[in-house]
Amino acid sequence: MSVLVLVEHEAGVPKDASLSTITAAQKLGDVHALIVGEGVITKRAAEAAGAIAGVSKVLLADSVAYAHMLPENIAPLIAALMVDYDALLCNATSIGKNIAPRVAALLDVMQVSDVLSVESADIFTRPIYAGNAIATVKSSDAKKVLTVRGTAFEKATAVQDYVEVSHVVGPMDAGLSRFVSAEVSKSERPELTSARIIVSGGRALGSSEDFHRMINPLADKLGAAVGASRAAVDAGYAPNDYQVGQTGKIVAPEVYVAIGISGAIQHLAGMKDSKTIVAINKDEDAPIFQVADLGLVGDLFQIVPELVGKI
Amino acid sequence: MKILVPVKRVIDYNVKPRVKLDGTGVDLTNVKMSMNPFDEIAVEEAIRLKEKGVATEIIAVSVGPQKAQDTLRTALAMGADRAILIQTDQEVEPLAVAKLLKAVMDEEQPGIVLLGKQAIDDDSNQTGQMLAALSGRPQGTFASKVEVKGDKVEVTREVDGGLETVSLTLPAIVTTDLRLNEPRYASLPNIMKAKTKPLAAKTPEDYGVDIAPRLTTLKVEEPAKRQAGVKLGSVDELVAKLKDLGVTA
Repeated sequence: MSVLVLVEHEAGVPKDASLSTITAAQKLGDVHALIVGEGVITKRAAEAAGAIAGVSKVLLADSVAYAHMLPENIAPLIAALMVDYDALLCNATSIGKNIAPRVAALLDVMQVSDVLSVESADIFTRPIYAGNAIATVKSSDAKKVLTVRGTAFEKATAVQDYVEVSHVVGPMDAGLSRFVSAEVSKSERPELTSARIIVSGGRALGSSEDFHRMINPLADKLGAAVGASRAAVDAGYAPNDYQVGQTGKIVAPEVYVAIGISGAIQHLAGMKDSKTIVAINKDEDAPIFQVADLGLVGDLFQIVPELVGKI
Repeated sequence: MKILVPVKRVIDYNVKPRVKLDGTGVDLTNVKMSMNPFDEIAVEEAIRLKEKGVATEIIAVSVGPQKAQDTLRTALAMGADRAILIQTDQEVEPLAVAKLLKAVMDEEQPGIVLLGKQAIDDDSNQTGQMLAALSGRPQGTFASKVEVKGDKVEVTREVDGGLETVSLTLPAIVTTDLRLNEPRYASLPNIMKAKTKPLAAKTPEDYGVDIAPRLTTLKVEEPAKRQAGVKLGSVDELVAKLKDLGVTA
């Protein structure tokens, strides 16, 4: 089976989520990596993709029309390339979720979203109902289109000699959409989805000031990324891209520290695959303690500063 | 400009889904059902566009069982003008829903199709993007801001790591994210009024769309349960445990 993986990249380097997707793709067959973008930095990403173990060929689509990953321009390109492939795998990230279904519909394929495991060439598992259930599904489509949940697969490593990069061209600007601007949240901290440690705050923080006053020093001490529950985001204590949960980011760090988070279903769906969960909450009956490996019942406004002082 | 708002009847947001013992799915008998929360946000946004004078008519459409009428009535009570129910008792996958919506788009010629980014039952996050592909129109997914400017719509999108704004040529497909707005509650007089608003009954056959599923669900299981761990007595104990984990020096 020949498999095409849309490899996302940043600053000339394939993103971690794509390394996981390549691992998933290897379970299906021979993996070719597709790098889409514009200019020198995209070329550099293509070369780097060629060094990832298991990638046997790199396709590079370099055009000003692809600079901002607009699905209107990229989906027709991928759909045309799919003539030569049996499966397309994308990350279950905002880019992958945006592009993959558009390609699937062009191919008349029903996509399998958020794949957790590859059981065989046409059988996959995926979470439904916010991760409260895991469905095993069998696809009857001739070609498969999957988005892959990065935290469910190990990252492929960059070890092999560079493989061939071939240039591909597709339809250019469809003229339907235009990139206007991007507002990237800047942070010195690690990125949420790839962080080894995450410190997350919930509604019990009470205000935006207290959220940052309590969470940031601990995150700094631990070298952790900062996350938040949906309740904290809805209340305006933290920006939306901090959100961990069904409607936010799905994370699985080595250590997840939940502070003042009660543990609503929708939050647990986003972090329950973390290796070790630490919970600090004043309500000893909070559902978060049912999944936490280490729990501490008490007032976070006392515990967190004490913890920061003692680490 | 007409706005088409597809809505889905799903398990209520606050209900914890229970997997059936025979592994065939999630038990929905006697479970409270509601409008998919992301679709509620879509209905609200459509109403706001009408209140601003951008939209002239809001058409709510649902694909599902007879009971999906209730969901459409909710949309009508919130402020949609009329509704279409494409009735089927079969489970309909996003690809088939997109095909049906494409057929409705062809009939109604809306300027914007506004729908939720995903339904909270199957969590597919596909229908809007698929509809955009099938209709050959641009897509603004995961919207946190929607502004119509002449023959374009500017959509600010929630993306990994921040926000992105794109300008789309109308007609366009927009899928909603959580922060776009806070949906209103329908008032009692509006709920009464909604009962007399037009609701057309259709079937997938009326649109000539094959809705046969492409995926077969082999089984549905509960996820592996995490064992609750230990409750610690003091911060010092926690510091020691964190040290054991190699998190701190």
